[in-house]
Amino acid sequence: MRTFLPRLGAAVVLGVIAWYLSRTLNQFRDYQIAEIAVYVTAVAGLTVLTGLSGQISLGNGAFMAIGAYTTALLLIHQSWPFYAALVVAGAAAAAAGGVVGIAAARLRGPYLAGATLLLGVALPSIALAWPGVFGGDQGLNVVFTVPSFLGANFPLTRWQAWVSAAVALVTLLLLANLMYSRIGRNWRAVRDDEVAAALDGINVAATRVRAFVVSAACAGLAGSLLAVVTGLVGPGAYTVTLSIQLLTAAVIGGLGSLPGALWGSLIIVLVPTYITDVATSHGQSATVGANIPIAAYGVVLILVMLVFPQGIQGGLRRLLIAFFGPNQKSRTWRIAPTSDVTPSADEPSASQHEKEGTI
Amino acid sequence: MKRSRRLRWQAAALMTASALAVAACSSSSSPSASSTSSGSSSAALTASAPGITATTITIGSHQPLTGPAAPGYSEIAPASAAYFAYVNANGGIYGRTIKYTYLDDAYNPTTTSSDVRQLVLQDNVYAIFNGLGTPTHLAAVSFLNSEHIPDVFVASGCECWNAPSQYPETFGWQIDYVREGKILGQYVAQHFKGEKIGYFYQNDEFGQDGVKGLDYEIPASSVVSRQTYVPTNVAIAPQVAALKASGAKVIVAFSIPAFTALLKLYTLKLNYNPTLVVSNVGTDPITLGGLVSAFAKQSGTTLNGSALINGIITDGYAPSLGNLTNSWTALWKKVHDQYDAKAPFDGNVVYGMEVAYSFVQAMFKAGRNPTRASLVTAIEAGLPQGPIVAPYAYSATDHAGMTGAYIGKIQNGVIVQEGPVLTTDTSATGAITNYTGTEEQAPASGIPSASP
Repeated sequence: MRTFLPRLGAAVVLGVIAWYLSRTLNQFRDYQIAEIAVYVTAVAGLTVLTGLSGQISLGNGAFMAIGAYTTALLLIHQSWPFYAALVVAGAAAAAAGGVVGIAAARLRGPYLAGATLLLGVALPSIALAWPGVFGGDQGLNVVFTVPSFLGANFPLTRWQAWVSAAVALVTLLLLANLMYSRIGRNWRAVRDDEVAAALDGINVAATRVRAFVVSAACAGLAGSLLAVVTGLVGPGAYTVTLSIQLLTAAVIGGLGSLPGALWGSLIIVLVPTYITDVATSHGQSATVGANIPIAAYGVVLILVMLVFPQGIQGGLRRLLIAFFGPNQKSRTWRIAPTSDVTPSADEPSASQHEKEGTI
Repeated sequence: MKRSRRLRWQAAALMTASALAVAACSSSSSPSASSTSSGSSSAALTASAPGITATTITIGSHQPLTGPAAPGYSEIAPASAAYFAYVNANGGIYGRTIKYTYLDDAYNPTTTSSDVRQLVLQDNVYAIFNGLGTPTHLAAVSFLNSEHIPDVFVASGCECWNAPSQYPETFGWQIDYVREGKILGQYVAQHFKGEKIGYFYQNDEFGQDGVKGLDYEIPASSVVSRQTYVPTNVAIAPQVAALKASGAKVIVAFSIPAFTALLKLYTLKLNYNPTLVVSNVGTDPITLGGLVSAFAKQSGTTLNGSALINGIITDGYAPSLGNLTNSWTALWKKVHDQYDAKAPFDGNVVYGMEVAYSFVQAMFKAGRNPTRASLVTAIEAGLPQGPIVAPYAYSATDHAGMTGAYIGKIQNGVIVQEGPVLTTDTSATGAITNYTGTEEQAPASGIPSASP
């Protein structure tokens, strides 16, 4: 309870900010708030998986697809209310995450990345194999409306922003609780040293599977939200590119850090649009103009990784410490996986650090 | 609390590699074709609709400027912008200049969805013009219709745009794939009677609509193999091998240019030499020849792409680019050289100008101070053919575009017309008839006249 209240407070503050922005900015910004919230939900799940339990997934886009298609099918064929479909979508993705997690618990590093990459590539193709059920390449249309009590003129995008932001914040709150619970401690123990964790009586395999289930559930919720935000569920939206984007957001935000999930999502959604606007206003020629955002986006990613090797959240922490001294370090500071390692490429010294490792 | 660095470095290395991949697929942008007004009187001009001021008309689009569909298709929007710049420099539409903003969606429906919301909710466009692609535009069509945004001249031949009761704001433009399939199918049935025929098509609305039209005309007994591809998977060797194994002497393809090129290369590789009959959207000769050469180069071979594609049978709905004495081709060439000279003068560029011409026609018809509804009404009242060889189907109950095309053959980088212009409908039994109407000449000014 001692740690829960400040987190609840932070979630409420973020919620108020989102609510205020959604009322003051234009409808397209509302749509972007919804998009950011979708990414935050998915990236938060992935950052917990990779940053805390030390597993990597290039297949979380596929879990999003499971959530999205579950939602679409329930809304279209069963006429379920969205909120029920959202929960079921999260559960369906979690179940799939459990199955994948069991396989993943046996794999490490690049092998795990490869296996999950396979999932990310293959799963969206299922929609093409059964076009009668999944609508093929064309996808399924999802209708999402503003509840009547808000009045007829309430903008749909604002309602989408509210719903998405609410789901994202609840997800963040639950994940934060999980991180500081026994489950979260077990994840970190397994991540840092599996043998030591096993000697301490932690079931390593079950712990790793649990992380996958949580991560997939978040992705499922995000997929469900994306379905109603864009109004269309099609395989083109859930390609492996999406999975890689999620990982990108998690890493540039700061692996293992929930605020980092927010920073990463902001960059993923806003940077391309911002650069597009700049390029447009400078009237670039078509061939150059079309590629400037891609190049600039790549440069931003590389710069963030060079300047903030621990992600944006890691960079912010360093700045805080530089200004206020080490006493300012917060709880997340101690928990984040990379915060006490200085950025350098001296890989051999890793084993030395491992010996020093403390749990 | 301490951890091994190994995972962090693995993640970081993976990230760096992924960064470029992500960037290659993320959003992008465009210039807008604004140009200075020629200063005509604007006394009676008002801001009659969102996106319309006394001096400007702002329209938007989503286009694959990067990504799998970019080769060829990325030339379309700059060409439309070039024609609008030409119109703007020559008096505009009742004195208003057109501002055309097209955003890159990389052929990804989620990005399309975001793009059109940006255009409508933030940039306040008057209409969405020539949004490109079937799966992409499907992600936009419901939103645009619920917001009552005119959604004109979609750059896709899907029959799905012709649904006036469901999508009253949406209009097709180019010949739909069912009509095109019927016209190509009739040609194949007549000229390759008794031969074994194979299909190769994109496994979505585009390919399926085309095959629907083909099947209306080609007897099912002569179709020995039906192979499909998805645009995200370029490994089509198995499909081509299956076509060869089936003994098909003719392959009818509904494919985008990159896959037409791959089809051609794989048949060469397998020493298999069928006659290719390919949908118009997959056969722009300059694009296709370039792709064949480029793909061959990637695998270490030097091939003359434009020679290899000679003889491919296709269809066309506008005057051949080979004939520069044609008034339309001369007009497009003039605009191209003046405003879009860096692009090749090919079918995609001309497509972009032709569809822009249709939009200018429609805007003139919509009146001096148009509303969004008056644009829809204007198109429903019918459009003159302009540069197109066959009439449009537009009416209050029909939002399909062109109704016909001619059969053509690729020869030395251009499509040469063979035989008459054929028109038909989208039904299984509707006859295919010779069109006898005369083609219009391009106006001397290069701009459609204000009086319809």
